[in-house]
Amino acid sequence: MDATATTPNGDDAPPARVDLRAEFNEVGIGEVLDQLDRELVGLKPVKTRIREIAALLLVERLRKRMGLATGNPTLHMSFTGNPGTGKTTVALRIASILHKLGFVRRGHVVSVTRDELVGQYIGHTAPKTKEVLKKAMGGVLFIDEAYYLYRPENERDYGQEAIEILLQVMENQRDDLVVILAGYADRMEKFFQSNPGFRSRIAHHIDFPDYTDGELLTIAEGMLNEQNYHFAPEAKAAFERYIGIRKTQPLFANARSIRNALDRIRLRQANRLIADLDRSLTAEDIMTIEAGDVLASRVFGKEDGRDR
Amino acid sequence: MRLTQGCFSFLPDLTDEQIAAQVQYALSKGWAVNLEFTDDPHPRNTYWEMWGLPMFDLQDAAGVMMELNECRKIYGDRYIRLSAFDSSHGWESVRLSFIVNRPKDEPGFRLDRQESDGRNMRYTTRAYSADKPEGRRYGG
Ligand SMILES: Nc1ncnc2c1ncn2[C@@H]1O[C@H](COP(=O)(O)OP(=O)(O)O)[C@@H](O)[C@H]1O
Ligand SMILES: [Mg+2]
Repeated sequence: MDATATTPNGDDAPPARVDLRAEFNEVGIGEVLDQLDRELVGLKPVKTRIREIAALLLVERLRKRMGLATGNPTLHMSFTGNPGTGKTTVALRIASILHKLGFVRRGHVVSVTRDELVGQYIGHTAPKTKEVLKKAMGGVLFIDEAYYLYRPENERDYGQEAIEILLQVMENQRDDLVVILAGYADRMEKFFQSNPGFRSRIAHHIDFPDYTDGELLTIAEGMLNEQNYHFAPEAKAAFERYIGIRKTQPLFANARSIRNALDRIRLRQANRLIADLDRSLTAEDIMTIEAGDVLASRVFGKEDGRDR
Repeated sequence: MRLTQGCFSFLPDLTDEQIAAQVQYALSKGWAVNLEFTDDPHPRNTYWEMWGLPMFDLQDAAGVMMELNECRKIYGDRYIRLSAFDSSHGWESVRLSFIVNRPKDEPGFRLDRQESDGRNMRYTTRAYSADKPEGRRYGG
């Protein structure tokens, strides 16, 4: 008996009508999208693009259900933007959306850079790349600074081997995993120019803008709030100034720099509190960041050479 | 004679879909999945060759199926078995093992009888295919 043979009776025929709202509620992406809006500050264009992609995939799901789909869509993406603009964070959310919509089976993210894909000697690269691919199957493979895979100055570079395996899997195993390439916009553009195979396999390009000063402040307040801290009013003003100055300095990495700055500020606050052991503290004292905790930062041009 | 070793060997061969479902079960339990191949079908042959390393930290069966298909491309004329190892404390052993590929023709085993002292009999089984050198046993 052939289990795959079905007769076109009422049960097996595709539905003539589908209920969009029921489908939307059933997959539960509304909650993920709202959470994305709520928890991530700014990123307006990114959020819009993700809503568009989610809409497209929801319709694709309906088309599948109605027997109108023509194969699985390409879902590989590229995320371009400066460091700390939220690419990794958004990749995690995308994975969860793809999972809820049924376009990946598990919904986990495996995040790698060149070092995890490319080997040191002949015969080392293919197994390494495959190892990573196997772990990513069923989910999303996030390749940070993907352009380092391609080193044209060295014609024997093993990166090329990794690229070829990746391209093959991106093409032939689209049901098994989604690849997201991430990195600086300009370098990524050059990478795509030299590797047209990648560009043609990528369905969605999403650009991550830098955060404005106001957004960085909101991000800072959110991060503090999460850890049960908050700025005193003068500390908030000081941190606004901090942001303005830090942005002009080298190695500024948007929200990541904010996270790091807050770590150091909490350290200074703890030191300030500990300095007076005879004092009794209220919860408010322990939660409050004072202006001095911010202003002691090296960013304000104090001579102290330590990394503060 | 159809070789019956490991789980499921008295059932018809599993389809790839059925194999993938078993693999997914193993992965969901956190077991490491491993592929091995041989052309010596003797039941006491414990020296199967490993196809790469055991696969750790996989979430989805597709990764294992990819390796199985590559192994079949090269050793499709031999026996391939898949095993799942549970490393958790107290188990530390294989929890599931079954054949996922077999040669087209399986000539089976000959039973040799050796008459020894008194009326004693010694028995030994010999795979017909093992008369040929390794690598040439199943027309490969
Ligand atoms: N829009 C945002 N709102 C709140 N926190 C953010 C936002 N964007 C980034 N972050 C935080 O900044 C840090 C760096 O973000 P990440 O996603 O790793 O950036 P990228 O991958 O682009 O370098 C993380 O700790 C993340 O939580
Ligand atoms: Mg990142």
